[in-house]
Amino acid sequence: MSKQNNAPLIQISKRRELPWYGPIAIRAAAIVLALAACAVVTTAFTGENPLEIYHTMWTGAFGTPRKTWILFQNIAILLCVSLAVTPAFIMRFWNIGAEGQMLIGGLATAACMILLGDKLPNPVLIGIMLLAALAAGGLWGAIPAVCKARWNTNETLFTLMMNYVATQLVAFFVIVWEVPKGAGKIGIINQTTEAGWLPQIGSYKYLLNILIVAVLTAAMYVYLTRSKQGYEIAVVGQSQRTARYVGIKVGRVIVRTMILSGALCGLAGFLLVAGTDHTITTTIAGGRGFTAVMVSWLANFNPINMILTSFLLVFLERGAGEIATNFGLNHSFGDIITGIILFFIIGSEFFIRYQLRLRKNAGKEA
Amino acid sequence: MKKIIALVLSLVLCLSLLTACGGDSAAETTAPAQNAQTEGEAAPAETAAAADIKVGFIFLHDENSTYDLNFMNAAEEACKSLGLTEDQYIFRTNIPEGQECYDAACELVDAGCTVVFADSFGHEDYMIQAAKEFPEVQFCHATGTKAHTQGLSNYHNAFASIYEGRYLAGVAAGLKLNEMIEAGEFTAEEAKMGYVGAFTYAEVISGYTSFYLGAKSVCPTVTMEVTFTGSWYDETAEKEAANKLISNGCKLISQHADSMGAPTACETAGVPNVSYNGSTIAACPNTFIVSSRINWAPYYTYVINAVLAGEEIPADYTGTIADGSVVLTEVNEAAAAAGTAEKLEEVKAGLLDGSIHVFDTTTFTVEGAPVESYLADVDTDPDYTPDTEAVSDGYFHESEFRSAPYFDLKIDGISLLDTAF
Repeated sequence: MSKQNNAPLIQISKRRELPWYGPIAIRAAAIVLALAACAVVTTAFTGENPLEIYHTMWTGAFGTPRKTWILFQNIAILLCVSLAVTPAFIMRFWNIGAEGQMLIGGLATAACMILLGDKLPNPVLIGIMLLAALAAGGLWGAIPAVCKARWNTNETLFTLMMNYVATQLVAFFVIVWEVPKGAGKIGIINQTTEAGWLPQIGSYKYLLNILIVAVLTAAMYVYLTRSKQGYEIAVVGQSQRTARYVGIKVGRVIVRTMILSGALCGLAGFLLVAGTDHTITTTIAGGRGFTAVMVSWLANFNPINMILTSFLLVFLERGAGEIATNFGLNHSFGDIITGIILFFIIGSEFFIRYQLRLRKNAGKEA
Repeated sequence: MKKIIALVLSLVLCLSLLTACGGDSAAETTAPAQNAQTEGEAAPAETAAAADIKVGFIFLHDENSTYDLNFMNAAEEACKSLGLTEDQYIFRTNIPEGQECYDAACELVDAGCTVVFADSFGHEDYMIQAAKEFPEVQFCHATGTKAHTQGLSNYHNAFASIYEGRYLAGVAAGLKLNEMIEAGEFTAEEAKMGYVGAFTYAEVISGYTSFYLGAKSVCPTVTMEVTFTGSWYDETAEKEAANKLISNGCKLISQHADSMGAPTACETAGVPNVSYNGSTIAACPNTFIVSSRINWAPYYTYVINAVLAGEEIPADYTGTIADGSVVLTEVNEAAAAAGTAEKLEEVKAGLLDGSIHVFDTTTFTVEGAPVESYLADVDTDPDYTPDTEAVSDGYFHESEFRSAPYFDLKIDGISLLDTAF
C-alpha cells in the first residue's frame, strides 16, 4: 500500500516519435481550448459576445485591403528581425540585443538621409543608407561576439546592455536633429523631397518591404540548411568541443554569425526608417527585437515556420487593436486575449514532447 | 526534397497572398472619393448631413494618460452635443507617432470618416502625409506648427491661448506665496517657485513664462527654477524633478508634463501645487490649488459643424478664454490663499477686455533690458530660422501668427537648471 503511494499520481515521460498528424492535432486542440478560455474570460469580464470579438479580430487583420497590407508589412518587419536572431540562437548565442541592433541600423539610415539628403542622387543615397545600416547593425552584433569569443563574456547581459546604449545614442541624435527646436522629435525626414525614401512599387506602399523579407526568408532557409556555414553554426550550437574537434574555428563562427545577425537587424531598422516611417525615434523598434525571440523559438528556428509564427503574433496584435476601437475596451483587454492564446500555444509544445500517464491502478485505490 | 517542396510552397503562399491584396487595392482608391461625394451632396441639408457624417479621432495613449483623457472627454462631449450616434465617431487609441498614425488616419478614411483629428505633436507629419493622399477629407491636428506653411487646404492646426490660463494659474500661485510670506514662513526674497517641464520647446517655455509672469504680477519678488525631464510622460522623472526643486528651496511647484509625478511629490512633501490638464484634488487634497487646461470641445464642435456646412476651416485655430477653450478648474479652498477665486475673476476680466496682456513687455526683461523687438521662429524649418516680428504695441503677440506657441525668450527671474532636452 505505502509502496504504491510513493509513485506519483501523474507520470511525465518523454514521447516517442509522434505520427505526422500528432503535433498538428495537439496544436489545433490548443487553439480550440484557447479560444474557449478567451470566450469565458470575455463574457465574464465584458459581457460582449465572444464570437463577435473573434470576428472583430479577423476584421482588424483582414477587414480592408489596407488592413491586409498593414498586416503583411508588420509581419515582414517582425519576420526580418526573427530571421536575424535565428542563426545566433541556433549557435546557442543568446542575442537579445536585436532591439538595439535595429535601432542603430535605423539611426545610421536616418543619419544618411539627413546629412546626405540633397547631395546625392536617390539610388546612390539609398545604397549608402543600406550599407550604413548593415554596417552599424553588424558592428552592434560584433562587439558582444568578439568579447564572447575572446574573453567568454556573458552574451545575454552584453547584448541586452547594448540595447540601452543604442537607445541613448538615438535619444542624443534626436536632440541634435529635432525640428522644431526643443520638441524632442525629428518628424518625417525629407518630407518634401522624399530623398532616401525607398521607392514604391506601383500603388503598393509596403510591397517592396514585403518582397525583400520574402526573399530573405528563402535565403535564410537555404543558408541554414544547405550551406557549410549553416552547418558550422549548428555544430557550434550542439557542442563547441565537437566543433573544435572537427576543426571548426569556434570564435570565428561566433563573430561571423553575430555580424550577420546584427546586420540583418540593421536591415530591419533600414526597412522601417527608409521604407515606412521615414523618421527615427527611440521607440521605433517597438519591442520587435524581443518579440522576435518568441517568433524564432516558437518556430523551432525554422525560417519557413517563422512565417506562421510571426503571422500569428501580428494577427493577434492587430486584432487586439481592433477590439479596443470597436468595443471601446482598453488595449489591455486585447493583450489579455493575446496572452491567453499564447499561453495555450506555448503550453501545447510541452504536450508534443512529453506525455502524461496516470498512475496505474490509481482507479482501484480510489 | 521535402525541404525544397516546403520552400516552393511557402513562396507560392507568399505570392498568392500578395496578389490577393493587389487585386483588391484597385477598388480602394475610389472608395474615399465616393465618400466625399456623398458628403458634398448632403451638405446643403444640414440634418441629413449630420446623420451621414463620420468623425475619426486618433489618440497617442488611452484614458490612463491625463493628456489624452482630456481630449477623449472633449471629443465625446462634442459628438454627443452635435447629436452624433456612437457609430458615427471612431476612437483610435494608443497610436504611436510614426507610420502607425498615417495608417490609422487612412483606415479611418476607409471607414468613411470625412474629418480626422489627431492629438499629439509627433502625429503631425503623418497627418500631412494622409492629407496629401485624401484631399477630400479634413485632417485636423492639435498642437502642430506646419499647417500655415504647408499649403494644403485640408490640413489644419489647432491650439488654445493656454498661456492665458497659465497666467491665471500663476496669479493663484503668487497669492499663495504672499499668504505664506505674511504668515512668516519665509521672507519675500525667498519666494521661489519650481516648475517641471518636459522639453525646452517653445510650448513649454511659453507656458512656464506666462505662469511666472502671473505670479510676479501679484508677488513682485518671486523667482523660479525650471527643470526638464525629456519626456511628456515619465512619472518617476517628474517626481524626482519635483523633489529636487523642493530640496532646492522652492516653496510652490507647477508642471507641464502629463503624469501625476509632480503633484504626488508635492502632496507627500506638503508643498502647494498648481496643476495642469485637470484637477488633481482627489490625489492631492491638501496641496492642490488650481489647474488650467485646454477644453477641446469648442474646437471639435466648430470643425464638425464647418464640415457639415461645407465651410472652409482656417489653417490655424486658436481657442480662447472667451470661447471656453481655456478653462480653470475650481479653486481648492483648502490649499489656496483667501480671496483667490475673486482675484482670478478680476484678472480674467482684464484679459478678456484687453487691459491685461500676458507678455506685456513692461513686466519682464531679458538680460536686464526690456524687449522692444523679437523675431520669432513661427515657420518651422530644420535651422530654426527666426522669421516673424512678434513684439508690437507693447506686448509679445503669442499664438497670433500660428496657433501653437512660439514665445521662447528666456526672461530674467527664471533660472533653467538643465537644458539637455
